[in-house]
Amino acid sequence: MSNVLYDLGYYLSFPFVRYAIIVGTLISLTASLLGVTLVLKRYSFIGDGLSHVAFGAVAIASVFSLTNDTLLVFPITIICAILLLKSGGNGKVKGDAAIAMLSVGALALGYLILHVFSTSANVSGDVCSTLFGSTTILTLSIQDVWVSVILSFVVLILFIFLYNKIFAVTFDENFAKATGIKADRYNLIIAMIIAVIIVMGMKLVGSLLISALIVFPALTAMRVMKTFKSVVITSALIAVISALFGMFISIVASTPVGATIVVMDIVIFLVFSLIGKVTGR
Amino acid sequence: MSLIKCDKLMIGYDKTMVSSVLNFEINEGDYLCILGENGAGKSTLMKTLLGLIKPISGNLIFEEGLNSQKIGYLPQQTLVQKDFPASVEEIVISGTLGNGGFNFFYSHQQKELAARHMRELGIYDIRKSAYCNLSGGQQQRVLLARALCATDKLLILDEPVNGLDPNASSELYELIKSLNRNGVTIIMVSHDINVATKYASHILHMGKTKSFYVPKEKYLMSNAWSIGRRGGNKDE
Repeated sequence: MSNVLYDLGYYLSFPFVRYAIIVGTLISLTASLLGVTLVLKRYSFIGDGLSHVAFGAVAIASVFSLTNDTLLVFPITIICAILLLKSGGNGKVKGDAAIAMLSVGALALGYLILHVFSTSANVSGDVCSTLFGSTTILTLSIQDVWVSVILSFVVLILFIFLYNKIFAVTFDENFAKATGIKADRYNLIIAMIIAVIIVMGMKLVGSLLISALIVFPALTAMRVMKTFKSVVITSALIAVISALFGMFISIVASTPVGATIVVMDIVIFLVFSLIGKVTGR
Repeated sequence: MSLIKCDKLMIGYDKTMVSSVLNFEINEGDYLCILGENGAGKSTLMKTLLGLIKPISGNLIFEEGLNSQKIGYLPQQTLVQKDFPASVEEIVISGTLGNGGFNFFYSHQQKELAARHMRELGIYDIRKSAYCNLSGGQQQRVLLARALCATDKLLILDEPVNGLDPNASSELYELIKSLNRNGVTIIMVSHDINVATKYASHILHMGKTKSFYVPKEKYLMSNAWSIGRRGGNKDE
């Protein structure tokens, strides 16, 4: 045991490991907060669709060998988030089908572009790390860290200040609209925040696994908690714990970061399900 | 002056009319029951009154100071809400958000208002309970309290007893009637003709080809239910 702690201390002496842990925890936290709304609104699949769109955008950015791919990835993902939300209610193609089309389309297009145009010697490796995150989290520059920290705090502050409105819009959109809450505006804000979280989260767990960070903490909290506030707080705690422990384990056991965090999420989910069953809630 | 006056009102989606032309008015203290078969446009009328969709043509005139945002609304329960993690308190107070201007957190007045309506409807003692663990009747009381937080002037109720057992239903009807006696104007959509004639003061019968609006007494005398039914089914 002391050996493990010693290892951990050794790794933590590297700045890039500390950066990874700060950024990873913040991303996981913000994703879990918005996840509560998404899960309850039955919008979880939007997170999934958007992450594939972000993958496609990264592929395009890498072909143009942009030094800072977020400049391209952010706008594309945000625009798609807005489009998906708008199509949800009244488009010609129904919501879930539209998302299925968009996400698979973006995934295929992204892979194709990477395969045809990429100058890198190791295309499969590039694709794999974009999809599953692997090493990118450990190559963060100090600028990346600041951008992530600032964006996370913006998301946190927005969530705290709009908390009551988010509850109203999530619980009953029609009632909210009927009493004069601009529900569409809040939906738009939620979609944009989700897009930001997904792009940030790709660095941590990759585009395939990011929706796990969004849905798992919320679903886990709901196994046991039955009020909105307790679900929000519990899922935030679960997110922080699973991110921290996931990253520690992955450092010590040198397992892939993203997959380890998600496995942590799964374990906590199973534990909470059991508690929920036993206490009969 | 009436609270709401509908003059040659045509309602529907995307220019497609879903009901016949509507003429009616609602005065303060009225209890209007909207009857009609499925597809006669009852929900569409409600959404129009609430300002969720725009009328196709005709006039929808509100009394000065009233607008569609100052109407309380008891919607039919959605599937999402059945297992939604929320306490009674959280749901009721969310009704105050519409008129609260733009403050981020709940003010003392908003909390007071929510507490008052929870006491009024007898759910104050269960305010910390989880909504999903309540009985159907209690859940409707919670949503009713939320609607009262939005307004205590005019309530629109969409089939409020849907899915309730007979006991809970009549309890809820009595509760709504007592609100009405205390001065809340009620607009209720219902399937149930017996309830309409027992509690309502006015009846709006909606049909695809012909709709009519009468005080209850006249409705009973004219045997209008059967006439309305025939009118609604024929598509001339």
